[in-house]
Formats: sequence, structure tokens, C-alpha cells
Amino acid sequence: MTAPLLDVSNLTIRFPTGTPVADLGFAVGEGETVAVVGESGSGKSLTALAIMRLLPRTARTTSGGIRFQGRDLLALPEPEMRRVRGRKIAMIFQEPMTSLNPVLTIGKQIAEVLRLHEGLSSEAARKRSIQLLDLVRVADPHLRVDDFPHRLSGGMRQRAMIAMAVACGPKLLIADEPTTALDVTIQAQVLDLLDRLRRELGMALVLITHDLGIVGQWADRVVVMYAGRGAEEADATRLLDDPLHPYTRGLLAASPRLDARLHYTAGPLREIPGSIASALGEPGCPFVPRCPMALPTCRTKPPPLEEIRPGRLIACPPTLALERADAAAVGR
Amino acid sequence: MLEGRRLLRVLRRTVIQAVPTILGIVILNFLLLKLAPGDAADVMAGEFGAATEETMAMLRQRFGLDVPVLQQLLAYLSNLAQFSLGQSPRYGMPVSELIGQRLPSTLMLMGMALAIAFGLGIALGTAMALTAGRWPDRLLSVVSLIFYSVPGFWIGLMLIVLFSVKLGWLPSGGQETIGAGLTGFDYILDRLKHMILPATSLALFYVAIYGRLTRAAVLEVASQDYVRTAAAKGLPPLAITLRHIVRNALLPVTTLAGIHLGGILGGAVVVETVYSWPGLGRLAFESVMRRDFNVLLGVLLLSSFLVIIANTLVDLLHAWLDPRVEVR
Repeated sequence: MTAPLLDVSNLTIRFPTGTPVADLGFAVGEGETVAVVGESGSGKSLTALAIMRLLPRTARTTSGGIRFQGRDLLALPEPEMRRVRGRKIAMIFQEPMTSLNPVLTIGKQIAEVLRLHEGLSSEAARKRSIQLLDLVRVADPHLRVDDFPHRLSGGMRQRAMIAMAVACGPKLLIADEPTTALDVTIQAQVLDLLDRLRRELGMALVLITHDLGIVGQWADRVVVMYAGRGAEEADATRLLDDPLHPYTRGLLAASPRLDARLHYTAGPLREIPGSIASALGEPGCPFVPRCPMALPTCRTKPPPLEEIRPGRLIACPPTLALERADAAAVGR
Repeated sequence: MLEGRRLLRVLRRTVIQAVPTILGIVILNFLLLKLAPGDAADVMAGEFGAATEETMAMLRQRFGLDVPVLQQLLAYLSNLAQFSLGQSPRYGMPVSELIGQRLPSTLMLMGMALAIAFGLGIALGTAMALTAGRWPDRLLSVVSLIFYSVPGFWIGLMLIVLFSVKLGWLPSGGQETIGAGLTGFDYILDRLKHMILPATSLALFYVAIYGRLTRAAVLEVASQDYVRTAAAKGLPPLAITLRHIVRNALLPVTTLAGIHLGGILGGAVVVETVYSWPGLGRLAFESVMRRDFNVLLGVLLLSSFLVIIANTLVDLLHAWLDPRVEVR
């Protein structure tokens, strides 16, 4: 097996006030779509910013490594890192309303990346910007290129953001909740667009989301995060059909899904009792205060992600023990 | 094409709004000045040492000061309607001519002061914001606090002491070397040398204000999402600061600049006196002392024009800086 495009291992992000991400590890292969799922405050966005090395100044990535194309991004000098940002790894953000500079035209903002990384002349960059707007299916790209962001709708702005992100043909695109601020109909269009671009441009996609609904349709693999730690990692379809970690199970039970008869007409959706804030100061597994199957041993130390089957990892010793017992019973 | 139409619309709106404003300013100023004790005749009599009742009455009649205040006001307004600012009893010449002689000096001084205030203030503020909380920020904050709190005339005197008396680098007053007969580039250089000290003393207070304002604006803009987007593109810090942060942070600063113009004109009175600069500020000051109200009214009228024009320019600048501002 070749080395993955992006390999995050034992990533820990510390702030003076706490440690929002601890011991996180996952890998992204070439051309693959990996969804990072978790509720607000689980450290998804921080992880994305850590990969780009754009964390706030007070943050420290104290251990672990982020290897991209075999190079450790954490060890790169800043000028080298700038040549990675926007060229090799691009990122789009949750809020298309505020993520574009209000005083520069869309065209100028796209052209900026091209002139920086590909050294295009302003004329060539403008031409390419129009092509890119066309690529992301913005109508009348030669007119929109001179528009200011406030003249565009949210969906159009997110398309412009995507055009900007894919301008230099990055190998990896990190999309941090790209559709959260958009209408449901626009959400599907934008995700379709991202998926099409991924295939056409041969890039890998890290899709950060709290919406399990979009995971099954658009992701190859899923990393479930809880309170800054990996809880479960699996193929998207496997995870949805057969969630193992109690947190994943709780999440799925709390999501309305017609195919699983989880709908408000079939009775109330179940919720996970408590809140993610209870993970604070928990010496063991952070999910313990909300976990229906917690054992006293869960409280001693945080559980590591362990492989239960090829491509399937879970950080829950009790579940692991149960599964292994089952497998043994079937095998016998 | 579109820009031209927009410009015309702005100008028309400005004129329509300016007429009642100016009328109000003239009437208010006139009545306020009449509240001050004494008139030009009193001052003249005082300077002569003595005057008979008849001489006083004659002077008052000549200057049109013998009729009731309301009638004086109407006479002044009807003069204005014919685009005349009246005569100065003191200088015995038309007020417009008197002002015309002094206006260019003051405009130059103000222009230079504003340029210094803007340039230095924005640079200072950006530097403070980028080093927020660390020692350059602390140091510059203290400096700007000093600029802010020390009166202009004192700064003026200290600058003269340092740069003219001790170092001998710059002239201590006037607006050109008298009798030097310089031409071309040398002449311009000479004028600039004379302008540096007065413009700086006038500007320092505003440098401090724009510095603080820019610091706050830059800090706020720097935490915006689009700045993170710019960083995610791989732009170097300088490009992020100039293209994405400062441009957006300029908006609140330009808004205040229009408001400050009147204040700068007021500050010019002091600075022009300290540096014996032959400008409008000194003319206004002398007119007050001599109760030469026609001249004073003329200066006040002109300064309100200046403020209105400056605010219109700021509006246009704003619309150009921020495309979200639609000029209505």
C-alpha cells in the first residue's frame, strides 16, 4: 500500500486554556473523500486549521505529525508552508457571506491566487478566473467576474470560494462545513459540484460536517470525532449501516433518516443525554458522562483507536470486547 | 459613464443640502457676534486713545453699525445674495479680497497637515495593531497619548526650540524666505521647509486620533473571515495586511476625517499665530480682537463651505473605497 496523501497522526492542539484536540489520527488517500463528523466543539475546524497551519497564535500543536506528500507540514518553514497553502492544499469555509473580501471584486480575489502561485499576468489571471467561474457553474462568468461579493447570493459566493480554492489545482481540498449556511437545495448542488471537481481535478477532499445526512452520499470514509478525539473510523456505508461506537449510534439515532424509518411520524427521535461540555476534565474516555455502556475502567485513561477489522477503527474497549467475543463465537 | 452620473447626483444633493445649512450658519454667527461687547468703532477709539461722541457716531454710521441688529443682518444677507462679503472697516478693502490673499496659505497648511495626519496615523495604527499587546504597541500607544494630550501651541514652541533654535534645520516662522528671490525647484523646497513645522504641530493631535482609530479598525478587520481566506491562499503577511486588512480598516478613518476638517481649521488659528503664518486662522483671530465682524463672518462662511466640500469628497471617497456604499 502506498503512503497516503495526507497522514495526520497523534495530533494534539493545546491552548493556554485547554486541549481541544488530543491524539487525533486519520489518513486521506489520493482522490478520496473523507468526512470528519462531530458536533460543535468537537475540534473539527481546529483540525482543519492545524493542517493549514492557520491556528490562532496562542495555539500550539504539541505532538504528532501532519505528513502531506511525505513532508511533515509542521516542520516546514513558514515561506515553504505558504507555497503549500492555496497551491497544494486549499480550503473553503463555512460562511460564504463573510469569507470573501467585501471591497474586492470576485475576479480580483480569484486572480490573486493565480498571480501568486502561477505567476500569471493580470490579464491571463482574469481570463483564467472567468474560466474557473464557468467551471463552478456560475452563470454569465464574464459579467460576475467584476461583481463585488455583496451582489451575489450565498450559493454563488460559495461557488466563487470554490473557484478560488481549486484555481491552482490543489491535491487536497479541505471544506469546513461548506454547506451549513446554505439552503438545502443549494447544499446538494454545492456538494455535487465539489464531488465533480474532485473527480475531474483528481484531488482528495476532506469534508468537515456535522450533518450525517450528507456523509453517506458523498464520503468514502468517515472519521467520527468526539471532544477532540477520534471515536470511530470506517467506510461511509458501513458506518451508517452498522455504527459501533455508542456515540456514533447515538448520533445516528438522533438523525432523521427516511430509509431507516427514523422520522418524526414514526415516533420521537432519540437524543444523546447531556452535552459535550461534560467531557471537560474527564480523565478517561470523554464520552463517559453520556455513555449508556460506560464501565468503571473507561474512566481511567482515554481509549486509543483500535482496529477491529481492516479499515474499521473504534475507540471503545467495551464495544471492542463485545465485537471480538461475537466474532469468536461466529468463527467457532 | 455610470460614475459620472453618480458624481452629478452627489453634487446636486450636496448643493441642495448646503444652502439652508449655510444660511443657518450665517444667521447664527451674525447674532452670536453681535452679543460680544463692543464694536469696531470702540476698538478704533481705544487705539486712538480718545474720541468724541460725534466721531464715534460718524464711524458707526460709516460702518453701518448705527442701525438695529436685525436691519444689519438683512443688509448683510442682501450683500451675500449679490455674492459680496462686504467691506472690512478696519482694512478698508473688500473682505473677499482680504480672504483671497490668505486662503491659499491656509489651504496648503491644512492639506499638508491632513496628509501627515493620515499617512502617519494609518501607518502608526497599523504598526500598533500588528504588534498588539507587545512592546512596540505599548511604546507607540504612549507616544500617541502624548500627541493627543499636549496642546498644539506647546508642541509648536517645542518643535521650534528643537529644530530651529538648537539644530537650525528648519525656519521658525513665515511661509517663505523673504527677499531670497528663489525660483523653480528651490522655491518649492523653501516653501516646503517652512511648512513642515507648522503642519506637523497641527497634525500631531490628529495623528494620535487616526492612529488609535486605525489600530482598533485593523484589529477588528484582522479577525474577519476573509482575512483567514487570504491567509489560506498562501499570501505573505504584508500582502494580507495591505490588500485585505488596511483597505477595509480605512473606512471608519475616512469618515472622521471629514468631520475633523472644521477642527483643523480651528487649530490653524493657534498654529498660524505661533509660526507667524499668514493664513486665515490668524486673520480670524485678529478680526475678533478688532471686532472686525465682516471679515470674521466671511472667514466663518468660507470655513463652513470648506467643511461641506470636504464632507462631499469624503462621501465620494467612501463610495470608491467600499462598493457596498451606494450613493443615494
